[in-house]
Amino acid sequence: MIKSKSFYAYQSVIHFILILITLIVVVPIILLFMSSISSEKALISNGYSFFPSEFSLEAYRYIWLNRGTVFRAYGMTILITVIGTVSNVLLSSMAAYALSDKKLVFRRLINFFIFFTMIFNGGLVPAYIMWTTVFQIKNTIWALLLPNLLINPMSVILIRTHMMNSVPESLYEVAKIDGAGHRVLFTKISLPLSKPILVTMGLFSGLAYWNDWTNGLYYLTDSKYYSIQVLLNKMIQDIQAIQANSIAASAGTAMTVPQISIRMAIAFVALLPVLIIYPFLQKYFAEGIALGAVKG
Amino acid sequence: MITRSISKQFKKNLIRSIPLYFMLLPTLAYIFINNYIPMAGIVVAFKKYSARLGIWGSDSVGFSNFTYLFRNDATILIRNTLLYNTAFIFLDLFFGIVIAIMVTDIFHKKARKIYQSAILLPFLVSMVIVSYIVYAFLSTENGMINAILSSLGQEEVMWYATPRYWPFILSFVHLWKGVGYGCMIYIAGIAGIDPALYEAAKLDGASKWHQIRYITLPALVPSLTTLLLLSVGRIFNSDFGLFYQVPQNSGALFDVTNTIDTYVYRALISVGGIGRSSAASVFQSLVGFILVVASNFIVRKINKDNAIF
Repeated sequence: MIKSKSFYAYQSVIHFILILITLIVVVPIILLFMSSISSEKALISNGYSFFPSEFSLEAYRYIWLNRGTVFRAYGMTILITVIGTVSNVLLSSMAAYALSDKKLVFRRLINFFIFFTMIFNGGLVPAYIMWTTVFQIKNTIWALLLPNLLINPMSVILIRTHMMNSVPESLYEVAKIDGAGHRVLFTKISLPLSKPILVTMGLFSGLAYWNDWTNGLYYLTDSKYYSIQVLLNKMIQDIQAIQANSIAASAGTAMTVPQISIRMAIAFVALLPVLIIYPFLQKYFAEGIALGAVKG
Repeated sequence: MITRSISKQFKKNLIRSIPLYFMLLPTLAYIFINNYIPMAGIVVAFKKYSARLGIWGSDSVGFSNFTYLFRNDATILIRNTLLYNTAFIFLDLFFGIVIAIMVTDIFHKKARKIYQSAILLPFLVSMVIVSYIVYAFLSTENGMINAILSSLGQEEVMWYATPRYWPFILSFVHLWKGVGYGCMIYIAGIAGIDPALYEAAKLDGASKWHQIRYITLPALVPSLTTLLLLSVGRIFNSDFGLFYQVPQNSGALFDVTNTIDTYVYRALISVGGIGRSSAASVFQSLVGFILVVASNFIVRKINKDNAIF
């Protein structure tokens, strides 16, 4: 295929613009990293910079000395992300399987029951009162797991639609003749054939748990339960939050807090796993978003 | 005879459905608790809430929470929420489509993938971390923008105390974090267009602009309508993280950063604020609901296929 001159001109222009956009996107994240490995002195005298006058790992060393707090929060994040995501995918796919069965009695009613929550909600105040008084989740691990994140009605509907469209009815029929019940149909046919959508929905759930700081903001005051994002949020107002459970603080070690770089270091550590898995799972994220725009 | 066989069939299906109900139970129970009980809790907006008496035991006060809200704070909240959302809708739409068209036009396959991945990256960054990054740029003492300004001999700006810049800052941050989301949807939409259409148009001598105008844009109308519908329905909802976290809760900026969601939260944690907090939150839910239903109704009238329900 012969390319005309205008083809190359157009390609150069859009490459140029997209490279610019890519830089705008990536540069702030690089700044985050660079300031986490700057020395505190350089940050104070020259400010945040891509080319710090002095490199230093003191922020990371401080995290290590105060690992009580940071590791605990990190562990909490991993714990709730794993438990939350596994329960989310498991419960959503079970519900989706049930809803994908056209013979389910009251199917439309149940569909509506799930769908309606997407267009109407009671708002923060009643939910807050309910979670704190009826369920008393304040300052428990449930605060990070339960409100809003456990099941996403949208993903139940998307998994259901996927199961209805891509699991052939005939497969069920054959299995039923062999005497298979719902349990076998679900675990042996429906789940394996829905793997792509389950990975996608699991990723979104995992990301939501990993990045959530609002539940911690509403329902946590006890630093014992802080996840890494909640810790970061508290550190905006109060740098001392990092010393809550630390060995250094209790031992009275007089290491001054590298106030600026430590924030950036913890933020970078919180972001790192996302940055690492993203290139491998980019496809699923893009697909998941595209799916969301298609009506369920 | 017929009715009997129908009821027999119904019974059979019902018995067959029992295991399915067990599979649905956890999800439905959760949705009932997390989503439906708070809907009933909306009555709290019409009460003088007391923690001791609970929602149902508290004294009813009619609309006084609402009259208080609308006499004092509502105008500025509603103005901010609506203006930001309107701006965001247009910005997302314009940049989302333009970037999606450019990305899909990139001929080099590998480069196309890299651009696409990069644009979506900020979508994965939590708002707390975003606020740290913004602070690195805008901090008065150490921020990079001020360092650049002073090296250029310009006067430094106290960003977190100067409201007039924030509509632009927040719009930029919103775009930075969110444009990838819309882009992915439009890219998927463009990928679904038959390439033969473009070939035919080229043979007829259609310019790039004409191809976009008569092939690409019409093909994007369904996903565009869905997105638009969703954002119009959510026009009274603001991104709490963006408006609370990014300005770092700075009081000097409330005039241009306070939206319904940040107001609801701040009132909720302040002493005696639960009345106006719940009034604002209920107002938001009800108006949002009416808007979703109404905009869906209008789209349905125009083109049934584009409606969400």
